[in-house]
Amino acid sequence: MSNRIDAKFAELKAQGKKALITYIVAGDGGYDLTEKAVLEMERSGVDIIEIGVPFSDPIAEGKTIQEASLRSLRDNNTTLVGVFALVERLRKQTDMPLLLMLYANTIFRTGTDKFFARCREVGIDGVIVPDLPFEEHDEFADACKANGVYNISLVTPASHGRIAKIAAAAEGFLYCVSSTGVTGVRDQFSTDFDAFFNEVKASAKIPYCVGFGIRDGERAKQMGAYCDGVIVGSAIVNQVADYGTEAVPAIAKICQDLRSGLDQA
Amino acid sequence: MEKIGRFGEFGGQYVPETVMNAVCELQEAYERFKDDPAFLAELHDLYRNYAFRPSLLYFAEKMTKDLGGPKIYIKREDLNHTGSHKINNALGQVLLAKHMGKKRIIAETGAGQHGVATATICAYFDMECEVYMGREDMERQALNVYRMELLGAKVTGVDSGTATLKDAINEAMRDWATNIDTTFYCIGSVMGPHPYPTMVRDFQKIIGEEAKQQILAAEGRLPDCVVACVGGGSNAMGIFYDFIPDKGVRLVGAEAAGRGIDTPDHAATISRGDLGIFHGMKSVFLQNDEGQIAPVFSISAGLDYPGIGPEHAYLHSTGRADYVAITDEEAVQAFEYLSKTEGIIPAVESAHAVAAARKIAPTMSPDQIMIINLSGRGDKDVQQIARYRGVNLNV
Repeated sequence: MSNRIDAKFAELKAQGKKALITYIVAGDGGYDLTEKAVLEMERSGVDIIEIGVPFSDPIAEGKTIQEASLRSLRDNNTTLVGVFALVERLRKQTDMPLLLMLYANTIFRTGTDKFFARCREVGIDGVIVPDLPFEEHDEFADACKANGVYNISLVTPASHGRIAKIAAAAEGFLYCVSSTGVTGVRDQFSTDFDAFFNEVKASAKIPYCVGFGIRDGERAKQMGAYCDGVIVGSAIVNQVADYGTEAVPAIAKICQDLRSGLDQA
Repeated sequence: MEKIGRFGEFGGQYVPETVMNAVCELQEAYERFKDDPAFLAELHDLYRNYAFRPSLLYFAEKMTKDLGGPKIYIKREDLNHTGSHKINNALGQVLLAKHMGKKRIIAETGAGQHGVATATICAYFDMECEVYMGREDMERQALNVYRMELLGAKVTGVDSGTATLKDAINEAMRDWATNIDTTFYCIGSVMGPHPYPTMVRDFQKIIGEEAKQQILAAEGRLPDCVVACVGGGSNAMGIFYDFIPDKGVRLVGAEAAGRGIDTPDHAATISRGDLGIFHGMKSVFLQNDEGQIAPVFSISAGLDYPGIGPEHAYLHSTGRADYVAITDEEAVQAFEYLSKTEGIIPAVESAHAVAAARKIAPTMSPDQIMIINLSGRGDKDVQQIARYRGVNLNV
């Protein structure tokens, strides 16, 4: 079964380009805003989009995404059922790879088989589950495989000796977390990137992309130099916090800046 | 393949990748030290000479007569240094952290008892200590906040979510992920990713080991029933564990029913929860149909948690332990009852166990024996109980 993520990275490689991956919390500002923002991000040079399913207790997130999740749940009553319906609408308008980023309990409580079957039905290409480390990947492995959905693996500067085994088993792309801690924009990084990415490079058989803390074109350029793409979340989500339902132009502007920065990497 | 850290299907290690290496490091360290004679000698010396163990097994003669059922014994964890069973686990983990070369300890706390115990040991060992506590709990337990500060700990209020225990755990996990190389996360209950549920139970199992010896010395036989309150479930696992192979001993956990399990305002996980994955473990949680964790309610900040440790979920699933739900009103009545009947003011958490005992005792016979685990003392709760009863203390 072919996956849009593989096709996209092959296409980018042929063009000599790196992947720009962005994240937005579904239903923050309403489903309509999410729908418009996703399509506008694609037009602004984004290659792959992660749609965050809000969770009551997002332990891996910093303040920005915590607050966005809360707004989405509290103000707009966002549900997983609603997010799948949103993806169904998006799928009629775009063929770009779409991923869901969500916590393990959302999948488990829905019913693992039912959840991944629905992913296939609406056209979700992968999931990122921040509270499912390598050691627990078995939890969803069969259902992912049966439905052609990738479960994206993460490595961090604190993964140390575990990077090789995680990278060996990864599919789609390897999500490299730039620094320890939670999601959010950062003014500076303390990670030794050369050492970290040398270790990743030595084991990764698939594209690897870096996320956490990248907020503009300058940083996309700097970080993009180490790998096959960059992932930007909080900087996008901040625009929804600032502009609410009118956030689309601000999001487009950031994506264009990120694209031009990344294209110089 | 049998996975590590599982109790049947419950347990596991569902944590972000950033903390996974630290979890593995802890797992290795715990495996290395748990049977190490020198480590255990040091721990038991601290139990004895610092925490004031063994705790009494007290025969509650008046309560026994009043209820007309079994002979009732009370395991007095309230008499430990710092006033609850939490010291047993805090001693074990901070000692382990010291052996691992960690300099900074973080902890979450609900009622404040685990925070106080952790701050106490950190003062003793000269270690940096930061305790996360829900803003609402800081108000309910202001005395314990001040106590932790006296002990040199930094108490950080958590405003996110419901501003109670689960949110304090979320924030402690975020801190851990950020300061992973220097920091040891001292979890206060039998919950979280493996090895915590096993490790915390092992540091608490001394309660049951002592109780068994003490009841054999006093009565020449095992009890028929052991009752303990359950939030995450550490005092209950502590007293249950040594009795699990003794099939004739009924094990009963008392969880918090708040305003009643037919209202939205309770924390009765076993009674009303469903299987889920949260806070590092597969266990039973109060949640909605889409897996959002439910807000919970209890008069007791220590039982105000939407989940339960995986070993309890397992003991429940196999039928080895029973779990009953006790309302705020029943707990407050038991708080007053034990104070007047035995002259012992229990923690409002422990009062849930006393309330369960009052329900069960009349169904048992005088030739039987019951042990209640009194997990903590109630000084911290006096003001809140007064408020519940509409008494103005002007403090």
